Amino acid sequence: MTADAPGTDGAPLLVLDGVTKSFGAVAALRGVHLALHSGEAHALVGENGAGKSTLVKILAGAHAPDAGAMTLDGQPLRLRGPADARAAGIAVIYQEPTLFPDLSVAENIFMGRQPLRGLRRIDTTAMNRDAERLFQRLGVRIDPTRPARGLSIADQQLVEIAKAISFDARVLVMDEPTAALSGVEVERLFAVARSLCEHGAAVLFISHRFNEVFDLCHRVTVLRDGAWVSSDRATDLTVDEVVRRMVGRDVASLYPKQDAELRDTLLEVRGLTRAGVFTDVSFSVRGGEIVALAGLVGAGRSEVARAVFGVDRYDAGEVLVAGRAVPAGNPGRAIAAGMALVPEDRRQQGLVMELSVERNATLARRRALSRLGLLLGAAERAEARHWTRRLQVKTSRLGAPVATLSGGNQQKVVLAKWLATEPRVLIIDEPTRGIDVGTKSEVHRLLSELAGEGLAILMISSELPEVLGMADRVLVMHEGRLVRELPRDEADETSIMFAATGQGATA
Amino acid sequence: MSLTDAGAPERAAGNAPSDPGRQRRGLTERLLAVRELSLLIALGLLVLVTTVRNDRFLSGQSVKDLLLGCAILVILAVGQTLVIITRNVDLSVGSILGLVAFATGSLFLSAPGTPWPVALVVGVALGALCGAVNGGLIAVARVPALVITLGTLYAFRGIDYYWASGSQINAADMPPSFLRLGNQTVLGVPVLFLVALVVVAVVGFYLRSYRSGRELYAIGSEPAAARLSGIPVGRRVFAVFVASGAFAGLAGVLYAARFGTLDAAAGTGLELQVVAAAVVGGVAIFGGSGSAYGAALGAVLLTTIGSSLAVLRIDPFWQQAVVGALILAAIGLDRVLALRVAARLRGRSAHGA
Ligand SMILES: Nc1ncnc2c1ncn2[C@@H]1O[C@H](COP(=O)(O)OP(=O)(O)OP(=O)(O)O)[C@@H](O)[C@H]1O
Ligand SMILES: [Mg+2]
Repeated sequence: MTADAPGTDGAPLLVLDGVTKSFGAVAALRGVHLALHSGEAHALVGENGAGKSTLVKILAGAHAPDAGAMTLDGQPLRLRGPADARAAGIAVIYQEPTLFPDLSVAENIFMGRQPLRGLRRIDTTAMNRDAERLFQRLGVRIDPTRPARGLSIADQQLVEIAKAISFDARVLVMDEPTAALSGVEVERLFAVARSLCEHGAAVLFISHRFNEVFDLCHRVTVLRDGAWVSSDRATDLTVDEVVRRMVGRDVASLYPKQDAELRDTLLEVRGLTRAGVFTDVSFSVRGGEIVALAGLVGAGRSEVARAVFGVDRYDAGEVLVAGRAVPAGNPGRAIAAGMALVPEDRRQQGLVMELSVERNATLARRRALSRLGLLLGAAERAEARHWTRRLQVKTSRLGAPVATLSGGNQQKVVLAKWLATEPRVLIIDEPTRGIDVGTKSEVHRLLSELAGEGLAILMISSELPEVLGMADRVLVMHEGRLVRELPRDEADETSIMFAATGQGATA
Repeated sequence: MSLTDAGAPERAAGNAPSDPGRQRRGLTERLLAVRELSLLIALGLLVLVTTVRNDRFLSGQSVKDLLLGCAILVILAVGQTLVIITRNVDLSVGSILGLVAFATGSLFLSAPGTPWPVALVVGVALGALCGAVNGGLIAVARVPALVITLGTLYAFRGIDYYWASGSQINAADMPPSFLRLGNQTVLGVPVLFLVALVVVAVVGFYLRSYRSGRELYAIGSEPAAARLSGIPVGRRVFAVFVASGAFAGLAGVLYAARFGTLDAAAGTGLELQVVAAAVVGGVAIFGGSGSAYGAALGAVLLTTIGSSLAVLRIDPFWQQAVVGALILAAIGLDRVLALRVAARLRGRSAHGA
């Protein structure tokens, strides 16, 4: 575990030793060791709730460890708050975006470090220019002067990334930065991370996508239930081995979509258009079928999903469920017609963070669970227990506020909430964002089962293996248009990426 | 501002297909400008309509009265803006004003030779002290500012009553130089209003151009994120309450100078007017947005409504209703603007590939 990697001089830059942290009765970290070397990317993997984000927050100075020590460059490191971590040269991308919605994107990036001009005034021009440069480096286009409110999850993550790299940090910590990004953006992020490594920085990278882990990282540390399991060079490991260490057992085939008998068309979308966002989108989904919407970040996939469900309005076109038109811009009617939408942004649109797990899980079905207008506590609990168990939500108790769950477990609660409504048409935006391998295959099995029961499923996913494993058909979007439709046997990585980047013929 | 030139060359080199954000005054800033413009228009219309009905409304004396009348509310509203931006509220400003006004009077009563600048400093310091009490309690008790300042609203007023114990201070007890401060004009503009203008300009400039000012917005916009990005949230909030107290203290001294006659009830109920002015001025009650200029315009608008209803001989009863309607209209306007911006932003989801 202490073997030298090429390009390092042996002495690690940042060391965590015996770090322990508990939240009440939950032991989130138990005596964890971690050594980050300058010039290296180090992956931290583990199941949902294994303690990865807790470790990140300790590195960030946001949580104080109960026990254990940290050293930076051989010197003891004591962090009394996030400001100390920054001063020590540690930049952090948190799992959940931490943006200020009312402030401009540029201010979000440079808060507390805005470039100054005479009289110590903020130099807005320089700040916007610097932000623009950062985005150029990442190869994305986000207007630095727009407010952060309303950014998609992917854009929020890109802003967080821009913020982190603007520090020129010695240690860059990234907690699932790629969870909502597609291949192209991930590649750009990795290019930036690699160049930071070349300049001597140490990178800590967290992801549930193993191809990314092995693509970027030199070393891999595995956590299980808050405890350190192993640290190895990536070249000495295989995906199967990592998974076995994470889960403690072998995990069967990852993407088991079973062939289901196709039934009548349940969801039909005709000529859906919203000026400047998407144009003339038509497709249909039959019962028993899983249709994936693929494309790059910003191609308009989530926007189409939101419009179909009625969260957003559209300018032209129509949406039919089982042959009957669903009025535009009315999610209530969409739910009544049997639609459910699992949104991409769980904090803003999926969960009430202060409420308990069981309340959140049954939020969308309150009417069915109530009698004479009174909510039946027992029925609510039973229902919540059923779904949270099926999805293996890891929580100390069902009454715990959702905010205290790990990111992946929050995602499971969102899923539970909508599956509990027993929809006919399920629209699901990034179903496994931040969910670990074990549960991911569980979610996939569940989706496959639901399709088998006759549900029509429209799935948006930025993760190509997921799309390829789950979808009966793949619809590829590029700049607001459906450019290609690929049946299962024609869909592969190349054909999808080809269409998604706007090359090749339109369908 | 020369916001146009600097960014251009890099952009040309970039992979920009369409061109969002070309109006270099950023979207976020333009939103504020629209908000402030709408207040100016409302104010203009109000003055116009009132003047048409009664042309004496724009006479020198009446304008002077109007400016004099709104100065104190403007100062308080600006102080309140600092607090509300951080997602807090200070309900004790009316009581602080009363306490400081009475203290100023008492100071002149017990030490007749005191020069007025000393009284000014003492008053501001006393206000700041009251603000520090608020800030300290909030930091220690970890109870919402609404509750704490509701408590100190009564506490400060109680001290005021105990101190005054039914007595009154009259203009005769105060030095003429101090009283002149309250009524003098420079080129026809009351000194009081000039002081308010300075306060607005200083705070407005600070909020917009200084790092710590921007951090106040960050705190109100997303407190948890503010903490994670290393902003000293506790210290900033404390400072904001001290500032709000100090401005209330300044307002108290000016109140004493303007009215001369003081009892323990001075400024009772003022806090709600102050909050109303800020909200009408576009300061979001949940923090994170708004400006000192907007709040000041809100205060001017509320005061002007009061006078114009009087000029138009409309039952004062309606004044309350009008203020209520105005607050609702302001909130509605904010909502509409927010929706329009959201729609605009969604329309430009352009990403370079
Ligand atoms: N503020 C908190 N209060 C109580 N419990 C918490 C809190 N934060 C985290 N936990 C608990 O600590 C454990 C570890 O959580 P953590 O967020 O570190 O997991 P993770 O490895 O990041 O998981 P994921 O992959 O889902 O993001 C979980 O059981 C979680 O419920
Ligand atoms: Mg996590």
